[in-house]
Amino acid sequence: MGKELAIQVRHIGKRYKIGQREPYKTLRDAIANMTSAPIKLLKQRNKLVKNRSSQEYFWALKDISFDVERGEIMGFFGRNGAGKSTLLKILSRITMPTEGDITMHGRVGSLLEVGTGFHPELTGRENIFLNGSILGMRKGEIEDKFDEIVKFSDVERFLDTPVKRYSSGMYVRLAFAVAANFDSEILLVDEVLAVGDSQFQKKCLAKMGQIAEEGRTVLLISHNLASISALCSKAIVLKGGSIDFLSNNVNEAIQHYLGQIGEISKISLADRTDRQGKGQIRMIHFAPYNDKGCEQTIITSGQFVDFRIYYNNIVNIDRNNIISAINIVTQTGPLVSLLNNQVASEPFESIPGQGYISCIVEKLPLVPGIFTVNLVIKQNEIVQDLILDAATLIVEPGDFYRTGKIPPSSPGCVFFDQKWSVVSV
Amino acid sequence: MKNIAKHECFEKNIGSIIYIKPTDGWIPVDLGELYSYRELLYNFILRDLKVRYKQTILGASWAIIQPLFMMIIFTLFFGKFAKIPSEGIPYPLFSYAALLPWTLFAEGITRSTNSMIQNSGIMTKVYFPRMILPLSGIISPLVDFAVAFGVLVVLMIYYGFAPTMNILWLPAFILLALMTSLGIGLWLSALNVQYRDFQYVIPFLIQIWLFASPVVYPASLLPESYQLIYGLNPMAGVIEGFRWALLGMNPPSSMILISTLIVIILDISGAFYFKRTEKIFADVV
Repeated sequence: MGKELAIQVRHIGKRYKIGQREPYKTLRDAIANMTSAPIKLLKQRNKLVKNRSSQEYFWALKDISFDVERGEIMGFFGRNGAGKSTLLKILSRITMPTEGDITMHGRVGSLLEVGTGFHPELTGRENIFLNGSILGMRKGEIEDKFDEIVKFSDVERFLDTPVKRYSSGMYVRLAFAVAANFDSEILLVDEVLAVGDSQFQKKCLAKMGQIAEEGRTVLLISHNLASISALCSKAIVLKGGSIDFLSNNVNEAIQHYLGQIGEISKISLADRTDRQGKGQIRMIHFAPYNDKGCEQTIITSGQFVDFRIYYNNIVNIDRNNIISAINIVTQTGPLVSLLNNQVASEPFESIPGQGYISCIVEKLPLVPGIFTVNLVIKQNEIVQDLILDAATLIVEPGDFYRTGKIPPSSPGCVFFDQKWSVVSV
Repeated sequence: MKNIAKHECFEKNIGSIIYIKPTDGWIPVDLGELYSYRELLYNFILRDLKVRYKQTILGASWAIIQPLFMMIIFTLFFGKFAKIPSEGIPYPLFSYAALLPWTLFAEGITRSTNSMIQNSGIMTKVYFPRMILPLSGIISPLVDFAVAFGVLVVLMIYYGFAPTMNILWLPAFILLALMTSLGIGLWLSALNVQYRDFQYVIPFLIQIWLFASPVVYPASLLPESYQLIYGLNPMAGVIEGFRWALLGMNPPSSMILISTLIVIILDISGAFYFKRTEKIFADVV
């Protein structure tokens, strides 16, 4: 039973016409294309065919092949735009591949978004039935699972309230509960575990594990490396639309992915063109350094970190009242913290023409994971240089609490220093 | 016990295999698959009904107000002032019997065309046969139709019109009206995903089509030689059929055959066009 094949993917490719992702075209464009087509055709005859095809098309996925056995949980990693979501959309039949073929055994349930088709005006009860049937459940099935769904989502008291009055937490819990209780043989999940509070996330992870134990197959995209490594039996790292790494050893795949990210963040800030600001002061490099002054690709929770922003003060301007900020956000968007010299100390009154701004964090409170850094330098409240997505911080587990042991990976974003005791009164 | 049953059902499902392969050209409609998604169709219709009149004061009476007021305006201007003949039938009854299938049709094509855009969020996140969406748009006005039909009954009693055996044919004409709006709805909804121009075309199209159909005037107003060509407008056949079935006016001539033929062509071509463009819906919507 364990060797039965659930999904077979062969040479899948997805090509988009550049501009096809535009919201929509107008009839006028189509008519214009139609009339100008013969002229274009004549023009193109003179050009190399190869040249043309590389300009007008873009491959979101190319030559993807893999097998998934029944009861396996397979994880997908990759940076934004690597093709993870496109692959899941093809597997769930939302969009067609341009080439290749896929065979899947059994019903497919997809959870690409929490609460697809929920209608704000309808009550929780009505939405359970609507959402269930959108996902492909029959009425009888939903009725059988109804109590379980309600219990899992914890919204029993509000079942007859329109979901527009729900808190976002309740909404997410109910939506996930419906999808998780769908007995499809194959479940496709895209980054939905990132929602909800930590207790609920734990519940979701446990549910995923249970689903696989029942012999069902799960394909999972997540930025939460800890959850992937805990759940998955196999992992694929995607890069630029193709498979970069495939392994039965999930931790190996995670290491590979981390290496991939490390490489990218080495691209010099000086070469970045996607920056905003006046540009009289330009950031040329950013990295965490350790207490010995060595640059680090990977940092650990609880370590001493010196974040350095190297800059170049090109034009001889008044170098006073300089504010610099390091904005740390999680991969899914929420802000973790804003490190800012104006708030934490004072604006710099004078800075040399060339050098680095140093921000020392004695004990890094970030939990293991991947964080994105946005950087900004301002002078007299005028933005001089701003780079979004300037760098990626890879944080590995470390002994934050100085207990001599590494804390088991915890949900959330940060560690607190904490002192516990029992007092008798 | 329950576990065993679950397991059996699970094994049965294993039998179903899904192949995904790029397709090209004209694909026939998978009616079996469409049928297996009938509950989703029902749920979409139910959702539209529940949501439609939420936060309105008059609620479902809107289903009556629209054709009723049109009937009053038509009676006043076309019946009373313009003195358009109604073949001995009181003008309110004459126009209302036509407005019923007309509203069913007009609402059907409007809702089905907009259904694709309104549900784009669902379309890009879950697979289901996309045809469910325009279908729900076409069927849901049937409920408003049933409500508005009540007014017709009142009008018939008021004017002392007893239905004849012809009324047994009414379901056939309702079906023809639905099939007409299905054909147009499939074409327009598929086109509207790609070219948003069509959402502007619709109100305009409906206005023109209303006057090209025998709603405010009888088909007999047209010369005999034009009758067959008039049948090319399927709503002409539908409306004449309604008046015959309900009010016992002229039986629909061979015009109805032409209308039926046109509707069949519209439905089949619409279904093929829809299927052909369906695969790119999620990419362009």
